[in-house]
Amino acid sequence: MGAITLDKVTKAFGTMAVIPGVDLEIADGEFVVFVGPSGCGKSTLLRLIAGLEDVTSGAIRIDGSDATRVAPARRRLAMVFQSYALYPHMSVYNNIAFPLKMAGQDKATIRRKVEGAARILNLTDYLERRPGQLSGGQRQRVAIGRAIVREPAAFLFDEPLSNLDAALRVNMRLEISELHQSLKTTMIYVTHDQVEAMTMADKIVVLNAGRIEQVGSPLELYNRPANVFVAGFIGSPKMNLLEGAAAERHGAATIGIRPEHLEVSTGAGGEWSGVVGVVEHLGSDTFLHVQVEGLGPVTARVGGELDIRHGSRVWLTPPPERLHRFGADGQAIRQAA
Amino acid sequence: MARAVTRRRKLAFTLVGWTIGLTLFFPILWAILTSFKSEGEAIASPPSFLFFHWTLENYAEVQARSDYLLYALNSVVISLGSTGLGLLVAIPAAWSMAFAPSKRTKDILMWMLSTKMLPPVGVLVPIYLLFRDFGLLDTRGGLVAVLMLMNLPIIVWMLYTYFKEIPGEILEAARMDGATLAKEIVHVLAPMAVPGIASTVLLNIILAWNEAFWTLNLTASDAAPLSAFIASYSSPEGLFWAKLSAASTLAIAPILVMGWFSQKQLVRGLTFGAVK
Repeated sequence: MGAITLDKVTKAFGTMAVIPGVDLEIADGEFVVFVGPSGCGKSTLLRLIAGLEDVTSGAIRIDGSDATRVAPARRRLAMVFQSYALYPHMSVYNNIAFPLKMAGQDKATIRRKVEGAARILNLTDYLERRPGQLSGGQRQRVAIGRAIVREPAAFLFDEPLSNLDAALRVNMRLEISELHQSLKTTMIYVTHDQVEAMTMADKIVVLNAGRIEQVGSPLELYNRPANVFVAGFIGSPKMNLLEGAAAERHGAATIGIRPEHLEVSTGAGGEWSGVVGVVEHLGSDTFLHVQVEGLGPVTARVGGELDIRHGSRVWLTPPPERLHRFGADGQAIRQAA
Repeated sequence: MARAVTRRRKLAFTLVGWTIGLTLFFPILWAILTSFKSEGEAIASPPSFLFFHWTLENYAEVQARSDYLLYALNSVVISLGSTGLGLLVAIPAAWSMAFAPSKRTKDILMWMLSTKMLPPVGVLVPIYLLFRDFGLLDTRGGLVAVLMLMNLPIIVWMLYTYFKEIPGEILEAARMDGATLAKEIVHVLAPMAVPGIASTVLLNIILAWNEAFWTLNLTASDAAPLSAFIASYSSPEGLFWAKLSAASTLAIAPILVMGWFSQKQLVRGLTFGAVK
């Protein structure tokens, strides 16, 4: 079991409120991702759940019982750190065995569990090595192994992939998702990378300046962002956010249209017209950075085969049903049903 | 061209280095040489450098007159004891300053360092009276305690510097893994800080071994270490340079040998953290 509830949790360092107040329900077995720009408080929130920081006020409940003042080790949570935080003077075996030794388990049980975790994580051949002799990906797997053997109520991941190179990151992302599917344990994962958030999460919590901007499934956030911040943060390339006359025509202070939803034509005309600046060919897709007259820069995504070059004139049309409208307060304006 | 300059430079630096090194070492060398001379040759003018009648009679007489081994044992007990006791106090202190600092941590560190700037003689009378009243005069226990307290600021400072280099996340990981504070220090922090702790230990053994103010003032015979042993040859019946030199050589030999063998560790320890 690993249901976690945050009840009006606040955190202040001195007079600075880092987390002004968070309420959140995390169901057992859920994969929840905290995402937001650097300094938004997502790591602090994770450390509050872990018990590595004391909450200033509010309560944290794990499986219904109050864990607000419980020591980190007794919350039955396992954490994987960004820097891996392996014990450099111990072998891989002893690193993974450390929490079991601290729990006072007998040698045979420890051996069985460590070897089991090593098998799952492909570390069997490396058990005698020191962390210094491993690659980044292997180190991260050792850190995960150390977390698995404890059979925790929930796993906490603090930007675990940000020290890995791009290719490895994609692999590890997949491995962690597979691990979640096989263990079915609650996982809370902190990242600043919205692609990781979108691909891994059951539920995404978007944080900004210590506040929760929106909670929802990846597609909910993508399709129905609650405000300008979420709209700009979720999705890659970023949603085009336009203000001024173009927005007023649609009865909003800001309108948003995702690059992939813009209809692009080279000759037939359309709502906006502009000149193509940079063209980014990705093979499967092409991103056009268009300077639209009277609007400014707009990004559009088109198929990989379309032959549009720098300097071409294109017409862009936002389909009304794909248009996101936001009021002056930045909140989404929902169509009355 | 550039290479010739570099080589000449290297040669010059090497020469300067050796000159400074030998100058610093010269008094010790002179004492060692003098210890092998007869008393007459020891005060001869001009002195002979290497071509004199080599003799071991000073060593024999020094050993006959006073029990070198007892002094040496006292030195060992006092230097190891004060260093060990210092570590017991300093490791937790440095841990809390490095990993759980408060607003006043820096001030406490500076205050501790400032105590090393006062002349020890300033507190001689109160400490002497305390020792007398508690029956600690001329006891090893008393010296262990006083030398530990004198060197504690240095031990804490050195350990604090080493501990600061250890990533806090590793200790947090240990905490998440269920380690109590004591286990965290024993299983994770101490093994990672071994190089730092080792050089702290070495430096403090050397400092305690060479200490001559408190050892001379607070001991007479039972707990007197080698520094008192040397001093005992310097006064009553006039100066006997050769015997004094023999006593000095005997006193510094163990620490010199230890320093020689551990110089790599010492240098590494003292420059720890200077470069990542």
